[in-house]
Amino acid sequence: MTTAMETTIADPPAPPTRFGLLERLLRIVWIGPLIAALVIYIFFVIVGGASGFFSIPGTAGWLNTAAELGIIALPVGLLMISGEFDLSTGSVVGAASIIVALGTGFYGLPIELTIVMALSLGVGVGCFNALLVNATKLPSFIVTLASNFILAGTALGLSRLISGSSNVSLKDAGWAEAVLGSKWMFFNVSVLWYLVAAILAAWVLKQTRFGNWIFATGGNPDAARRAGVPVARVKLILFIWTAVSAAFVGIMSAVMYNQGNAASGQGYVFQTAIAAVIGGVLLQGGFGSVIGIVLGTFIYGIVSLGLFYTGWPTDWLATFIGGLLVIAVLTNNLIRELALNRGKKKL
Amino acid sequence: MTALMTLEGVTRTFGNNIALNDVSLEAHPGEVHCLLGDNGAGKSTLIKIMSGVTPPTIGTLTFDGKPVSFRSPRDAQAHGIGTVHQDVGSIPLISVARNFFLGNEPTKGFGPFRRLDHQTANRIALEQIRQMGIRRIGDAEQLVGTMSGGERQALAIARALYFGAKLLILDEPTAALGVKESKIVIDLIKQAREQGIALVFITHNATHALSVGDRFTVLIQGRVASQFRSGEKSREEVLNLMAGGEAFDAVGHGD
Repeated sequence: MTTAMETTIADPPAPPTRFGLLERLLRIVWIGPLIAALVIYIFFVIVGGASGFFSIPGTAGWLNTAAELGIIALPVGLLMISGEFDLSTGSVVGAASIIVALGTGFYGLPIELTIVMALSLGVGVGCFNALLVNATKLPSFIVTLASNFILAGTALGLSRLISGSSNVSLKDAGWAEAVLGSKWMFFNVSVLWYLVAAILAAWVLKQTRFGNWIFATGGNPDAARRAGVPVARVKLILFIWTAVSAAFVGIMSAVMYNQGNAASGQGYVFQTAIAAVIGGVLLQGGFGSVIGIVLGTFIYGIVSLGLFYTGWPTDWLATFIGGLLVIAVLTNNLIRELALNRGKKKL
Repeated sequence: MTALMTLEGVTRTFGNNIALNDVSLEAHPGEVHCLLGDNGAGKSTLIKIMSGVTPPTIGTLTFDGKPVSFRSPRDAQAHGIGTVHQDVGSIPLISVARNFFLGNEPTKGFGPFRRLDHQTANRIALEQIRQMGIRRIGDAEQLVGTMSGGERQALAIARALYFGAKLLILDEPTAALGVKESKIVIDLIKQAREQGIALVFITHNATHALSVGDRFTVLIQGRVASQFRSGEKSREEVLNLMAGGEAFDAVGHGD
């Protein structure tokens, strides 16, 4: 009794902060994508489980898809939180794969040199996008769409000019085979890389000053600038991050499939943005989470592979994803509204 | 009492356009200096000069007894000038603590393990806004978007004061607020004044200005139309001045 009295006296100004279950759930920014992922997963386990969706190869299948998509979708999502798009990732994937293939297969260069070249291409494309966006103030949607086309055409043209083909075989990837192309059971090593990438992204977004600047840059650029946030530099770093990640995936696919294809990778252009949005990233910037993006890529992987296991024609995949995207955007908006209105009426 | 900040003969031109013409004013510690004027009177330009966004074309700035020329808003902040803008500079979808420490985030750990010190940030942010009298916020991880307009002003003011502002420029802080919310802001201004902060309060609202102002400067078309102390002019005279010096039917237009 007395102890209870003492605590009340010692700490009088604190109003009772009691949050209901709903309010507490609403605070978890990735609650929507989590529920969606679970529902979709259970759905495909029931419908496609008998034909092997729930098996180890089935699980590996959707995880592999999610991993390759996710390594790029993570930085694309962070970039979207900062208020910008990157639609040039697809061409970077293709160009990086053809650089590795041409370098080793055609010129006989050591694999590590070609990897460095491909990653440098990523840095270059990232800088190009960021400089153009920062200098011209043009929407990044247009700038990166343009660089996607420029790079796609250049990669294709150069590849044909040099080797006569857009599709070049790799020669002996050496150590890179183990690091980038190995498998365990049915799981690609890319799943491990995805784990590393996700931990890094989560750390940066939640635990570093830079992460706070990402949110601020997307949430209110003027306010961020006034508070001393180097808005242009935040965007530069994120554009480099997306392009280097895309280059990494291109290198990985070249090593894994023993060939590079200048025309490959275009699927990533919109898939990465879709995964981020399904994962709860706000299209206008300022809001999102790494766990959400990861769940978004899981959903994408589960739907892609799950449909295959149901035995239904996979032609319908895009229809399914499109519908999911609309539902995701609507629920995310709803959840955000609820989170923002929490407490406002009490005044 | 000596002024904390003095502007002398400040003129600012943009091309052929004279935004400010020979403006002088003083901001004293523990006083509220109200800056009044119609749209386009030069109030925004004056704030921009005082907060380091643009330099004056002619004229001198003195801060804390020394002549100063600010290179950037950041530089002005480092001198101790805090500016609270109308949109309060808050980011709705991040937490109170993240907003409070934006650009000055506390960290712990070393090298690659240097990370945000969430605990410290949350504790200090909550303490500071509570000191401003905002009791309804009980959680520093709450999104700023859940706060009312007055509470956001309080957050911005608390933030500026915590990071060492000696002069606080408030750019129409009550413009978008209701009666109750405006009162919160007016109370905050009084509280800051009691702490010895020099305040420059820009407003359209004569009632708000007269309720806290110690000194007044009315700008008309870039020139100082009148400068007076509290009690020297009636409400009607002030309204007339604000309306550009012409006769103004105070009853009909209110504020």
